[in-house]
Amino acid sequence: MAEMKATRDAYGEALTELGRINDKVVVFDADLSGSTKTSVFKKEFPQRHFNAGIAENNMTNMAAGMAACGKIPFISTFAVFGTGRNYDALRSSVCYPKLNVKCVMSHAGLTVGEDGATHEMLEDVALMNALPNMTVIVPADATETRKAVLACADIPGPVYIRVGRAKTEIIYGDDYDFVPGKAHVIRHGSDIAIFAMGIMVAKALQAADILKQEGIDCSVVNVSTIKPLDREAILAEAEGKKGVITCEEHSVMGGLNSVVCQTLSSAGLGVRCVPVAVMDVFGESGTADELLEKHGLTADGIAVKARELYKPH
Amino acid sequence: MEINELKEIAKQIRIDIINEVTSAASGHPGGSLSSVEIATLLYFDIMNIPAPDDPDRDRFVLSKGHASPLLYACLCEKGLFPREELLTFRKLGSHLQGHPDMNKVPGVDMTTGSLGLGIGTAVGMALAGKYDGKKYRVFALLGDGEMQEGSVWEALMAAAHYKLSNLTVFVDNNNLQIDGRVSDVMSIYPIEDKLRAFGFETVVVEDGNDIGALRSAVTDLLSRECPGPRAVVARTTKGKGVSFMEDQAAWHGTAPSREQAEEAIKEIMEG
Ligand SMILES: Cc1ncc(C[n+]2csc(CCOP(=O)(O)OP(=O)(O)O)c2C)c(N)n1
Ligand SMILES: [Mg+2]
Repeated sequence: MAEMKATRDAYGEALTELGRINDKVVVFDADLSGSTKTSVFKKEFPQRHFNAGIAENNMTNMAAGMAACGKIPFISTFAVFGTGRNYDALRSSVCYPKLNVKCVMSHAGLTVGEDGATHEMLEDVALMNALPNMTVIVPADATETRKAVLACADIPGPVYIRVGRAKTEIIYGDDYDFVPGKAHVIRHGSDIAIFAMGIMVAKALQAADILKQEGIDCSVVNVSTIKPLDREAILAEAEGKKGVITCEEHSVMGGLNSVVCQTLSSAGLGVRCVPVAVMDVFGESGTADELLEKHGLTADGIAVKARELYKPH
Repeated sequence: MEINELKEIAKQIRIDIINEVTSAASGHPGGSLSSVEIATLLYFDIMNIPAPDDPDRDRFVLSKGHASPLLYACLCEKGLFPREELLTFRKLGSHLQGHPDMNKVPGVDMTTGSLGLGIGTAVGMALAGKYDGKKYRVFALLGDGEMQEGSVWEALMAAAHYKLSNLTVFVDNNNLQIDGRVSDVMSIYPIEDKLRAFGFETVVVEDGNDIGALRSAVTDLLSRECPGPRAVVARTTKGKGVSFMEDQAAWHGTAPSREQAEEAIKEIMEG
């Protein structure tokens, strides 16, 4: 069994590590510091941690003001409140003026579980991707989260990093070389290309193992930077395949499936591209695993799609 | 209703809250327990609800939607669904979602859970009632931490602007939110002065967990000739009724173990 760790835990640790090497880093939270793990940073740097209270909009504007004065503010809350409630602030006060605000939002996706639809953010990548100047990163595991958090301080301008509540599989060792803007081809295959983001990368790898035994050879690509998108890697891996699958713990509208389909069709690649995603519905209460199962966001769910694409029509 | 009867109902509701969050192994006991007297008074003494879909019924908006166990317990006690259903709280397929869903549970007047929004919908309901010349009243329950959301103040401003005398807002002033004391995290004080400045006829109840005191204050407030909206600031104790939960931020969103739940229920029954 692979080691498990929540990406939010990796965030809290990496943020603290970053705080030690970069004194411009300041942190804002909105009454969820224990859940987002900015509490870890706060413990070491209490003077550099600001609680905005339950006021995500104002948190975002205060961070923009701090950034305008040369700081590198990180803002964190649940993804639903940190991209939805404050969308206009992100748009007009952060992205349009290209201010150096790093938005690391936790509790994204269905794996929030029991809190239900109001807390299960499935549209954050769509919203953030639509904002000019925003870099959008969805780390696949705790290792990549750490690397992304450390790297984003050197990316000029706004960055969105999506992290989660649930403990999920660690797929990368410390030697993994995360490069913002580059997709990572984890395995090459000849039949089907699977593009995945976030916690779905581990499931895509499991699916590829299952399919290999059935004689279906799959590529698995971790598309952790959604914007700027690594179009070359996507086209290179999709070229000549029987089909393409995208896997995301996100709505099918405006997330990974949308950007991959855009890439394939604008390049004239006539390959079928099918989604493993939440199909334009809200979430609900349940355990994380029950919800992933219900929406087919599992290795088996991916394998089912692969078999459909593989069999001759 | 007699005060003693209300107290008995409040006890049952506290027990139901503990059973709900224990069975779900998640959910929000602290803020549910602190508002028990407010919700009990409204549902069993003040609000007129002939049927949950009666267009002329009084409405209740749980703006602090995480206190869903409290709302579900009240609706169950009203007889709108069987008590066993409370044990399905937060489980896959249950009507009783983590946060209240108006399309799933009879008697839930508004879907809430994202703080700062419910109060605005309550203003809209009151505005509709006024516009239609209806007699119904609208009640909303805010958390004190929730008052940090700017949208709350937009809603309050609109309520006074439209002279919504059919709206009464309750603030559960337990002085706790998730990260600590409201006064430490982001002070909203002085609450009552702010509400008055925003045009609300406001009363403060020093012990908002004393249902007798609460009832006198609320009855008096509602009987006043008043051109605009009203507010009740109820000083409460988060986790009220379960001593190990009382005034502890840690019990905001943590469910008790089975043993802790037994201890809690024993204390509530004896209390
Ligand atoms: C917009 C929004 N931001 C954050 C949260 C997460 N959250 C749930 S409850 C809570 C604290 C609420 O404190 P308070 O309003 O005082 O409620 P009470 O003490 O009565 O439980 C927070 C931050 C939320 N539900 N909605
Ligand atoms: Mg409170």
